[in-house]
Amino acid sequence: MIERSPFFDALTYAVMIIGLILVVIPFWIVIVAASQSLQEVSRVPISLLPSDQLWVNLSEAWDRADLAPKMLNSFIVAIGVTVGKITLASLSAFAIVFFSFKARMICFWLIFITLMLPLEVRIVPTYSIAANALLPFQVILDTLGITGLVQAVSGVQIALNWNLLNSYTGLILPLVATATGTFLYRQFFMTIPDELVEASKMDGAHPLEFFFDVLLPLSRTNMLALATIMFVSSWNQYLWPLLITTDRANFGTVVMQLKALIPAQNGTPDWNVTMAGALIIMLPPLLVVAFMQRWFVRGLISRDK
Amino acid sequence: MERRAVYRNKVLPWLLIGPQLLLVLVFFYWPTSQALYWAFTLEQPWGGGNLWAGLDNFLYIFRDDRYWGTVLRSAFYALAATGLSMLVALTLASFVDRALKGTKLFQSVFIWPYAIAAPAAGVAFRFIFSPEAGLVGAINDIWPGIWDPATNGIHALAMVIVCHAWLGIGYNFVFFLAALQMIPRSINEAGAMDGARPFRRMLDLQLPLIAPTAFFLLIMNIISSFTDSFGLIDTMTEGGPIGQTEVMVYKIYVDGFKGLDYSGAAAQSIILMLLVIGLTFVQFKWVERRVHYN
Amino acid sequence: MAQITIKGVKKNYAKTPVIHGVDVNIEAGEFVVILGPSGCGKSTLLRMIAGLEEISEGEIAIGGTVVNKLEPRERGCAMVFQNYALYPHMTVRRNIGYALKVAKVPKAERDERVMKVAQSVSLEPFLDRRPGELSGGQRQRVAMARAMVREPKVFLFDEPFSNLDAKLRVAMRSEVRRLHRDLGVTSVFVTHDQIEAMTLADKLIIMNAGRVEQIGRPTEVYNNPASRFVADFIGSPAMNLFEGEFDAEGHFVHGAGGRMNVSQLNGVRQPGRKVVLGVRPEGVRRTGADAHGAIPAVVDYVEELGASRLIHADANGSRIVALDNDSAELKSGTPVHLSLADSALHLFSLEDGRRISH
Repeated sequence: MIERSPFFDALTYAVMIIGLILVVIPFWIVIVAASQSLQEVSRVPISLLPSDQLWVNLSEAWDRADLAPKMLNSFIVAIGVTVGKITLASLSAFAIVFFSFKARMICFWLIFITLMLPLEVRIVPTYSIAANALLPFQVILDTLGITGLVQAVSGVQIALNWNLLNSYTGLILPLVATATGTFLYRQFFMTIPDELVEASKMDGAHPLEFFFDVLLPLSRTNMLALATIMFVSSWNQYLWPLLITTDRANFGTVVMQLKALIPAQNGTPDWNVTMAGALIIMLPPLLVVAFMQRWFVRGLISRDK
Repeated sequence: MERRAVYRNKVLPWLLIGPQLLLVLVFFYWPTSQALYWAFTLEQPWGGGNLWAGLDNFLYIFRDDRYWGTVLRSAFYALAATGLSMLVALTLASFVDRALKGTKLFQSVFIWPYAIAAPAAGVAFRFIFSPEAGLVGAINDIWPGIWDPATNGIHALAMVIVCHAWLGIGYNFVFFLAALQMIPRSINEAGAMDGARPFRRMLDLQLPLIAPTAFFLLIMNIISSFTDSFGLIDTMTEGGPIGQTEVMVYKIYVDGFKGLDYSGAAAQSIILMLLVIGLTFVQFKWVERRVHYN
Repeated sequence: MAQITIKGVKKNYAKTPVIHGVDVNIEAGEFVVILGPSGCGKSTLLRMIAGLEEISEGEIAIGGTVVNKLEPRERGCAMVFQNYALYPHMTVRRNIGYALKVAKVPKAERDERVMKVAQSVSLEPFLDRRPGELSGGQRQRVAMARAMVREPKVFLFDEPFSNLDAKLRVAMRSEVRRLHRDLGVTSVFVTHDQIEAMTLADKLIIMNAGRVEQIGRPTEVYNNPASRFVADFIGSPAMNLFEGEFDAEGHFVHGAGGRMNVSQLNGVRQPGRKVVLGVRPEGVRRTGADAHGAIPAVVDYVEELGASRLIHADANGSRIVALDNDSAELKSGTPVHLSLADSALHLFSLEDGRRISH
């Protein structure tokens, strides 16, 4: 549209620049503080120019918070959740959208109700099964009398036990078990024209061939979006890993280490090391979002409708 | 959600959906039923199973002034953080939507906060707002003791809320911008033909048209203020000073995992879950009646 | 090449019947067009042959085998869809070859067959493009090539040209004709476009509201419509249809008391019988006022067609359209006289719409 309003254009830039400052300041402070020496970071008011201690602080934070194994754990968890979510979500959305079977609507609602309650809200109940995730099945077997029956017949007592504490499965599976991805895939699958399904039927393709040859390639954009969202959100998980890992040395994730980096009440206020640690920890998801922005934005939006 | 073309296969759909259903049952329905069980029972100190407690756990919570303090604080927290974050995001989105030269750069930066873990932002903001350190704390050099989140509950809560609002900017911005961009050009052009200037058009045409998105975001933000707040509060204040930044999720965590009062925490969880479900339903109802302008 | 037998086929959607029992025989190698207004069940019938829609009742056999329980891939049919239904992420080559790949045809043979088919519909230059980079007509040809490559026993077309512009449609029509002549494969073609139907069909099936109205060669259907519906539906401009009855003298009384002398209908002119009289515009002529059986009318407006023109007139409260080759100017309101050609009269029962032979 051809319309000249220099004043409003100037205002637009002014607002965007103020917004930019608002958004960037925390990042800038983190970088600046992470590059300063203890004296510099303790100065009031702080200098807003970076100094030359960045590398020193980064390696200090890396060692102090034992970030090497934690980084590995974080990557394992984030990638595990992402891959698991995409796999399960695409398969179950495929079943819900493209198959007609009796319990379809029930399955649909069973899965979709989980959208409403984020893990943090039901943290107490979820934690209750950490010690034995197979407890529900044990209860079912006990109630049905199968345990007793098997014991009477074979002398073997069924005792299902699957401890999730301090394990990757414990860190990963509860995060996979929500409907976010299923919802996203369902939304996309609903836009696939009926005729495409029919064409593949006429071509003689099996449902699974249709899934792998047509649906998956077509949903590549959505997959990238979902991958970005899942990577970021699972990397950033805090409360659940805190509860499920008592053995922090071996199964802790980086985000859990942040608190350990905060200077103690009466200790040295070496915020420069804290900020260096925060920088390391926030960088991977930030890079993912920055690189995947185009797809990720589309993914976020289609989750809405 | 009915399609004309479907497969009629008896076994395959169950194989496809089975893993997801299993996970949902194990990690969602079973634990939720456990929480219900605990909420209505009381664990005996010397073992021997749980005693039926009826509504006692709930009544106990409702009689607790500290709990109501937490509820009110959570409500305030939710509204303040949500309002602040949405306002900033909406302002930025409306101006970015004008798509002047160089906007793309601003646009990508505005999304960044979405990527940041709440505890990481918490640590950064704790430093920024630290009374002894050099940014906000610098005003203490001018007026000694004017800013102290470590002992002043209002300061502490304000600090957490500002951090929470900052974290939400990216997410809100993306949705607002998308909603604005979905408004057909012709509406804007018709407004221009009617003689409305850009700012007028923003107020009269664009804002009303994105109302559904705004409502959706409002609910999402409120829910996230229940969930994401944990990482912030745990790294910034640990609920302090003297419980003055304790919100619902944090209290559940403290009662259940520090105080080992499972029944009380379970009852609180049930209340919180009902609250979140209620909000989600309100949102679904609204989404059904969404304005469609394309 | 295969014969298709459709016996007593019905279709219900959740108890609502949409096809009420269809019996059709399609000979091997025949080109059959199913024609009808939208919602008449023609596509449903086609999709039941294809195996995309379950058959509620009755039986469909292809090449002597009952296919009711067979999957689409086991029926030996190929289909061209209305919206082409090409796989958007595959190149033209992979689109055409996908059925062969699924059937595990070796790569070398696959390539050869794809190439051959692509040549026959002049698609070789586009083999490595995606559907999104092609024009409507090219996409249509890819859809046809995809159907041809499997060398099916039966071709099914579901309104394949409805998304093309008029000129392209004519071109595709002759291409389909040519392919059918070359390959000789039994074809079933669904359309709502009567010109498409008339030009393509060996045999025409007219459907309405889930029932077959008439089956026959195009000229047969045109010259002897079996019902009022067919008479009205086939032919452009549409047939003049007058509701009315015969009086004691055997005149046909219609509209606001208009009378027509229809002595040629001798034998069916029982007084008081309620009928529909049909005559195509080309059977209505302008004539002198004193001619035998001349019908007085008043010109409403004239539609120029170039070589000829259509006179829309009012004859005693009934609208009548005449095809006229004269070029004399006729203003609105001019009185004219019209006569009906003897051989062109059709008579239908007002009650059930069936043809009354005379």
